[in-house]
Amino acid sequence: MGQAMKNKELELYIHIPFCVRKCQYCDFLSFPAGEDVHSAYVDALLREIAYYGPHCFEYTVTTVYIGGGTPSWLREEAIEAVMKAVRRCFVVSPYAEISIECNPGTLTERKFAVYREAGINRLSIGMQSTDDVQLKHLGRIHTFDQFLRTYETARAWGFENINVDLMNALPRQTVEDCIRSVRQVADLGAEHISVYTLMIEKGTPFYDLYKFDAVKQHAGMKPVALPSEDDLYRMTKVTEQILKEAGYVHYEVSNFARRGYECRHNIGYWERDNYLGLGLGAASLMENIRYGNTRELYAYIGGTEKIKEVVVHNEVTEDRGEGEFTYLDAVPATNLHVSAERITRKAQIEEFMFLGLRMIEGISRQKFERAFGVPIEAVYYEVLTKLQEEELLMKRAGRVYLSEKGQDLSNYALAQFLL
Amino acid sequence: MAVEQSKIRNFCIIAHIDHGKSTLADRIIESTGTLTSREMQAQVLDNMELERERGITIKSQAVRIIYKAKDGEEYIFNLIDTPGHVDFNYEVSRSLAACDGAILVVDAAQGVEAQTLANVYLALDHDLDIMPVINKIDLPGAQPDEVVQEIEDVIGIEAEEAPRISAKTGLNVDQVLEQIVEKIPAPSGDVSAPLKALIFDALYDSYKGVIVFCRIREGSVRVGDPIRMMATGATSEVTEVGYFGAGQFIPCDELSAGMVGYLCASIKNVGDTRVGDTVTNSARPCSEPLPGYKKVNPMVYCGVYPADSARYPDLRDALEKLQVNDASLQFEPETSLALGFGFRCGFLGLLHLEIIQERLEREFALDLVTTAPGVIYKVYKTDGSMIELTNPSNLPDPSEIAYMEEPVVSAEIMVTSDYVGSIMTLCQERRGVYISMEYIEATRALIKYDLPLNEIIYDFFDALKSRSRGYASFDYELKGYVRSELVRLDILINREQVDALSFIVFKDNAYERGRRMCERLKEEIPRHLFEIPIQAAVGGRVIARETVKAMRKDVLAKCYGGDISRKRKLLEKQKEGKKRMRQVGSVEIPQEAFMSVLKLDED
Repeated sequence: MGQAMKNKELELYIHIPFCVRKCQYCDFLSFPAGEDVHSAYVDALLREIAYYGPHCFEYTVTTVYIGGGTPSWLREEAIEAVMKAVRRCFVVSPYAEISIECNPGTLTERKFAVYREAGINRLSIGMQSTDDVQLKHLGRIHTFDQFLRTYETARAWGFENINVDLMNALPRQTVEDCIRSVRQVADLGAEHISVYTLMIEKGTPFYDLYKFDAVKQHAGMKPVALPSEDDLYRMTKVTEQILKEAGYVHYEVSNFARRGYECRHNIGYWERDNYLGLGLGAASLMENIRYGNTRELYAYIGGTEKIKEVVVHNEVTEDRGEGEFTYLDAVPATNLHVSAERITRKAQIEEFMFLGLRMIEGISRQKFERAFGVPIEAVYYEVLTKLQEEELLMKRAGRVYLSEKGQDLSNYALAQFLL
Repeated sequence: MAVEQSKIRNFCIIAHIDHGKSTLADRIIESTGTLTSREMQAQVLDNMELERERGITIKSQAVRIIYKAKDGEEYIFNLIDTPGHVDFNYEVSRSLAACDGAILVVDAAQGVEAQTLANVYLALDHDLDIMPVINKIDLPGAQPDEVVQEIEDVIGIEAEEAPRISAKTGLNVDQVLEQIVEKIPAPSGDVSAPLKALIFDALYDSYKGVIVFCRIREGSVRVGDPIRMMATGATSEVTEVGYFGAGQFIPCDELSAGMVGYLCASIKNVGDTRVGDTVTNSARPCSEPLPGYKKVNPMVYCGVYPADSARYPDLRDALEKLQVNDASLQFEPETSLALGFGFRCGFLGLLHLEIIQERLEREFALDLVTTAPGVIYKVYKTDGSMIELTNPSNLPDPSEIAYMEEPVVSAEIMVTSDYVGSIMTLCQERRGVYISMEYIEATRALIKYDLPLNEIIYDFFDALKSRSRGYASFDYELKGYVRSELVRLDILINREQVDALSFIVFKDNAYERGRRMCERLKEEIPRHLFEIPIQAAVGGRVIARETVKAMRKDVLAKCYGGDISRKRKLLEKQKEGKKRMRQVGSVEIPQEAFMSVLKLDED
């Protein structure tokens, strides 16, 4: 036992489900809550960390991602305590990428100081737009100016790996608006930029406002407020062009980075590395078993008081997962889980493809063969041929990847890989 | 259990749709105690789920009731319910053949309607005695005296003694029961003669085989008797006879002349039983079969295909089973390049088509794709021969066609005077030829038009109802064929002709229909990776075009902290959508698109 065994890698995701105010478009698991709830939640998180740590003694943690919600809204002591617990209970690599999501308007100098002290070396700042009118309409709690101050303060505190989130395809946004804001972001010089298209999700205020527009946009008709599909297309093209010229590498459908600053944590998701999700509603993938934590706050908090192994009953779906589990190879299913399923070989293959192909460099044939014991053509000959004929997919140097057109139509292309 | 013929009354109820036929039937059944009120559900006779939902009667149903009359005697009533819609005249006619009299229900507020007349004439054709009843006298707009007058004037039958009732509340229903005894004649027929029974309906039961509904005209039948179907020649042995309880079959020892009931004879082959055929005893046969029914020919045709081509045998099986008790349904196999193997089916009308389609989907769990309905065209070729065209794809080359004829119906539309103008406009738009108009009352007119059948099969009924705020009623019968300028409109998707989308259209309407069809298809066909031209063409000449633009952007959003199940669901949804598509060349066409032509006149 000992050092020699610790060759398996693990990513940790820690969910903080609280935010000052729910944004108009947001359907993430997050909500406002008082400070007493914050501290009860953090205590629960600490108990969950303490429980799982020992189960993962064979793994070395290579990335930690504290996401939300708005983790930066919590008192700095809470983040400090969480990070201390992680280091105490898990083996964390000295080179680990440790990120936290933060929002302008929730940060203080002291928070930056504590984050640095806790070993956090990457910040992901939710800017979303450079236009104050848009920020207000989105329901954000900050202005562009506030974002700039946050960004500069972070730099002043020595953060050298910063991501900025930007959304495009906002209501009433023109291609020119988009160009202007992408330029502004490029000029900042952040190491990493995530550019997402606004999605109109069910259950959000934006859904009520823009659901018809979203359908029109998707059908190629003329929406009222949302940009048309043609404009959306132009927006993504100019975004890619501007960021490329500014020296960024487009490495994943929605992500750009300076070379060497690609987000290792997110790449882990696309490459199906092991990850352990901690906190409310968090998802885990451990040795091809997928777990989901409860999404009920009090069930979660109460459940951590006495974490115990249980049989998790899943809805049995055809071709996917088995009915129930007691003890699983890596970590046990517990009373915190509402789902636990062993991913079938078929689903593993599908995921390998539709997640892996989100990476601009695509997937490695060799890796496919190593994972599944057959060449990729043995499973996907027809699909690959068809997508190549449609000019959506390319093969080169032992890799299979989406063409530029394939990236634009990734939804269509990736769906072909479902068996 | 021999029943004296004088104690039997076989009758049906005829009425215009919505005049309360089924409600009256329910009241009669209820007040004679055939069902306890606990068992009583609204509209007992409308058995099929579909009938209850739509509130209409599609299939004839029969029920036996025991009534103790004021004269102290017990009578057996065999009540046979009949459909009211114009498409189901054929069913009505079948039911009438099993009866000796008919109750005519007329709505006290609406009076005599076109359908009322049609059914009365049918009943008179069968030599039935007609007993009028004025229903819905509890309604505020009820004018029973006027309606009595109208029945006497328009129909020409004596109506002074007609019971004035409310089937809904049960008011005066007892008078109806007494009059059934008094006014409906008892059956006649020699009980000792050889068996002669008319099949008026049948249904398929997976345990008993075919259940034959029959009216015994002469002789008797009991379990163990050898029987023969006179038209098909099929023979078998009777395994069960019985009569109709409300919603159930009640076995008995024997059915004899004058009675209405059912028999089973382990008939497995559904084709052996034909409604209208005569059943006799094969050991002691009767000399001649009963006249049977006038064969009704389908007027509307369309292609019916299983959405999942592997279920073609199931579809054939289902159609065969439906045909057992719906002889008017016709079908023969056909193949379409776009839709694969299916059937060209013939229907009495569009409602009949819809009913069959829904029954196939519900009762047999089939997912169907149907093509645009059409009528039978007569194509006279230059070589002097004539073909009856039911599938547009089979239209000969124009150079071989001398001329074509299309079916025309005589339509009678009854409408309140306020809407006469808009209804006449509608008929003109549908290439109608005005015949006459007469005012039946000061406020109601009967308009007669000759209309091409293909103009009324899609949505004429709906258009009529909407332009008259629901006040118009409509009846039609086939008048004959007239020469007409007709062309086949072809649809090309991505430059490939899609056979299942072709239809025959009046030449002058081709441009407009083609244009709307292209517009409609543009909405139905999802975008592909390439641009798709949609063209309408007549004889190789393109007359309308639309384009489905190529898809440019279709991307999934961000990852939710490693929760990939949402991503998978989105992709699965995308893939699932594909399954409901038909591949034509390189284009995937949703199944709904094949029904597009039906929706041309919407919005």
